[in-house]
Amino acid sequence: MASTSTPTPKTNRIGLSVMEYKGGKTTLCAGCGHNAISERILEAMYEMGVQPERLAKLSGIGCSSKSPAYFMNRSHSFNAVHGRMPSVATGAVLANRNLLALGVSGDGDTASIGMGQFIHLMRRNLPIIYIIEDNGVYGLTKGQFSATADVGSKLKTGVVNDLPAIDTCVLAIQLGATFVGRSFSGDKKQLSAMMKAAIAHRGTVMLDVISPCVTFNDHEGSTKSYKYMKDHDEPLHEVNFVPAFEDISVDYDPGTTVDVTMHDGSQLHLRKLEEDYDPTNRIGAITRLLEAHEKNEVLTGVLYVNTKAPNFIDLVNMTDKPLATLPQEVTRPSRKVLEECMEELR
Amino acid sequence: MATTDVAIQHAGRPASKPIVNDMSIQVATVNGSGSQSSNTVLLRTIFQMGVPVSGKNLFPSNIAGLPTWYTIRANKDGYIARKKEIDFLVAMNPETAQEDVLSLGDGAVVLYDEPLNLRSLRQDLIFYSVPYDKLVATVCPEAKLRKLVKNMVYVGVVARLLNLDMAEVEKAIRKQFARKVKAAELNLAAARAGYDYAVASLTKQDPYRIERMDKNKGKIIIDGNSASALGCMFAGVTVVTWYPITPSSSLVETLIDYMKEYRIGPDGKATFAIVQAEDELAAIGMVIGAGWAGARSMTATAGPGISLMSEFAGLAYYVEVPAVIWDIQRVGPSTGLPTRTSQGDVLSTAFLSHGDTKHILLFPSSPQECFKFAGEAFDLAEQFQTPVFVLSDLDLGMNNWMSEPFEYPEKPIQRGKVLSKEDLERLGGFQRYKDVDGDGIPYRTLPGTEHPAAAWFARGSGHNEKSQYSERPDDFEHNMERINRKFETARSHVPRPEVHTGKSKIGIIAYGTSHWAITESLDQLRGEYNMEADYLRVRAYPFTREVHDFIEKHERVYVVEQNRDAQLLSLLKLDVSPERITRLRSIAHIHGLPLDARSVTDEIMTMEGK
Repeated sequence: MASTSTPTPKTNRIGLSVMEYKGGKTTLCAGCGHNAISERILEAMYEMGVQPERLAKLSGIGCSSKSPAYFMNRSHSFNAVHGRMPSVATGAVLANRNLLALGVSGDGDTASIGMGQFIHLMRRNLPIIYIIEDNGVYGLTKGQFSATADVGSKLKTGVVNDLPAIDTCVLAIQLGATFVGRSFSGDKKQLSAMMKAAIAHRGTVMLDVISPCVTFNDHEGSTKSYKYMKDHDEPLHEVNFVPAFEDISVDYDPGTTVDVTMHDGSQLHLRKLEEDYDPTNRIGAITRLLEAHEKNEVLTGVLYVNTKAPNFIDLVNMTDKPLATLPQEVTRPSRKVLEECMEELR
Repeated sequence: MATTDVAIQHAGRPASKPIVNDMSIQVATVNGSGSQSSNTVLLRTIFQMGVPVSGKNLFPSNIAGLPTWYTIRANKDGYIARKKEIDFLVAMNPETAQEDVLSLGDGAVVLYDEPLNLRSLRQDLIFYSVPYDKLVATVCPEAKLRKLVKNMVYVGVVARLLNLDMAEVEKAIRKQFARKVKAAELNLAAARAGYDYAVASLTKQDPYRIERMDKNKGKIIIDGNSASALGCMFAGVTVVTWYPITPSSSLVETLIDYMKEYRIGPDGKATFAIVQAEDELAAIGMVIGAGWAGARSMTATAGPGISLMSEFAGLAYYVEVPAVIWDIQRVGPSTGLPTRTSQGDVLSTAFLSHGDTKHILLFPSSPQECFKFAGEAFDLAEQFQTPVFVLSDLDLGMNNWMSEPFEYPEKPIQRGKVLSKEDLERLGGFQRYKDVDGDGIPYRTLPGTEHPAAAWFARGSGHNEKSQYSERPDDFEHNMERINRKFETARSHVPRPEVHTGKSKIGIIAYGTSHWAITESLDQLRGEYNMEADYLRVRAYPFTREVHDFIEKHERVYVVEQNRDAQLLSLLKLDVSPERITRLRSIAHIHGLPLDARSVTDEIMTMEGK
């Protein structure tokens, strides 16, 4: 008998193994960018020690919106109607402010049918992580252009898109989201760090993650293909995230990083690749994004972050306990109150 | 000038036998002119004098400058439905005055603004004229306020002519302007000026009089929307999301006022969240999200909003999420008479959404029921894990009604089959869509429940009992049948109808605000035609057994509705046996005004061939 001791399964800071964060088997195409994003979400939740029961996964309709079934089975999930997940998420967060809301959407679900709700979600700065799994194409209905497809982008059938792309990041920054980033499903390191920072943020996090569709939009002429992204991805910085519960000092030369302290005390270190980029400057961020379009670059990284703005929960002045579980003694005023109201009406 | 007037008035018909506490007064004004306050004061004064009274506001979809009519009916027997005939017209609006006068019945009274010079229009009416502008100038030095105060002058004139107690007028004015002392004084002066003018210059020629009664003791005056708002607050609502739309906006706005007053905790923080959404699509989405996460959530809307909520309503039905939706019905769509009343959403709401859906509907007919059904709606929604629609209407929602004071809800709040962490520890786990109790109602857990087996996946109709995605025909079929079973269970839990049966072969079925015309019509049928009819007032869908029994017992059943297409009758047709369908006859009322008894009586007698 070999005297090897049984290895204790590795667990996170709340004592759960990574298995406790797994979901069902994916039914998306092999190589779909969305699967990689699911992996990053799962890892980030595990590494940040998020209690799975605290997470509420919400999605709309489309390939992207199927993906919440493929990670974190121990979390509640709501597959809503097309483009209208933001309202369901808003209701859920109002009902239980302790939930960590994660919305998973796609470019069709967000930038076309869901544009109205997307805009109003951003402007409320509701605490939520909103991810667009962005491939520029409708996958589940077999390959029609979405509104994030770039001008000149070509479908497999040869059809060329001649309408300008909606930049969801520009919109999110302009409308009031307080953590806006763009990443690429193939950039494991960057996306992981951004996901973890997203969990530490209290406000609307909007991440547009370019996620190539291997079946309908990964060919020559597409601007959302793996190849195009490899050639045109312009990272603004190296994203490094240090959670509050980890005591790690990151040594960077002074002046080479932008450091942001998140709501829970975590540190977001952005090592500058572009000397002048300041992610706390709204106008600068929008300008740089518009410039990138002119240059056919896909700018990635944390585009904008603001940890000072009040979120929607602060604004509605809600009590600290979840509204959902308030007892009758709190939610039904007394007999005396009714009598008072009746007297006023006599 | 005044003397000439009186002289002419003397030339009118001599005062006949007094008609006491039985009249309808119509005030024709321009909207945005402060007439709403004057009319409320008039209504309140009659109410305070103990005479049963009702007020119906007929207003345009406009902020200022278009014609508006307010009808006050005082009736000693307690009839508060709209009365078709106008007995006493207060003509203030030059634009409509001629037509208003020409449409009056013989012998009616016209009180008009002197420059309108209406007297020459008819010989068979009783006219009084008042120089309002001159009177208002004496009490209101500020020229720009005169337009608003002018209308209070006619209150004083009417008070004198109808024998109203000026002390009660004063009390009503002070209540109306409770938070604006200066406005109260100014309006009071205006009313007095009108009263004094009438004393000095008008000689009573008409037979109408108000005399004190004692019928309103303890009663309140409230509109249905305020009653609904109060009901929701006492039902423990926690999340309210809405999009402004007439005639439902005042429900939520009143609710906001009440909640700010009575639902702020000792920490100064709200025990609720009220959010004005970007549209009705979002409003219902938020309600569903909140319901899923365990809040008592609601929205209020009208027909166009109901249409927009359709897809989400179906999802909530299949995910089985509680939601309360108030539909204050009006005529629609688009600009189609948005300020007129209707019962036109019954069918579309009953089956709102695509696929097979059917929803629980409640039909309040009074402010008291608005209050009570708020609690019922939340309890039913949570017990049955499904959207519940409360179908009020503009007449009920926006008009002032006399009411008995509301009773404090004694029944504890019913949260339905929700499993807690402790339940899950005991059970080991659960299946979200399994019919454990045989009533079709499954168990649910709320997001955030700290148990590894708590989570379930909320998705559309394609799922198995474990809430896993499934396209299997048997899974789909079982689920559809179970939800149907749940609906059948609801039949014995929704509010039962109010039934008045005797031995008649003729039955009347109605619901909502039609009730008030029906009770009066029953008396007309009895008194004028010696005809007894039985009456059932439906209060909910699905229909309870009493509804079937009623149709069974009557040879002819008149279903009275305020829509064209016999919508409730159509629902009844789906429920009753084929041979009973021929018993049902539709009496439809579709001109956007609150239903009156005379129309119902005439229609029934015509259909009875008499």
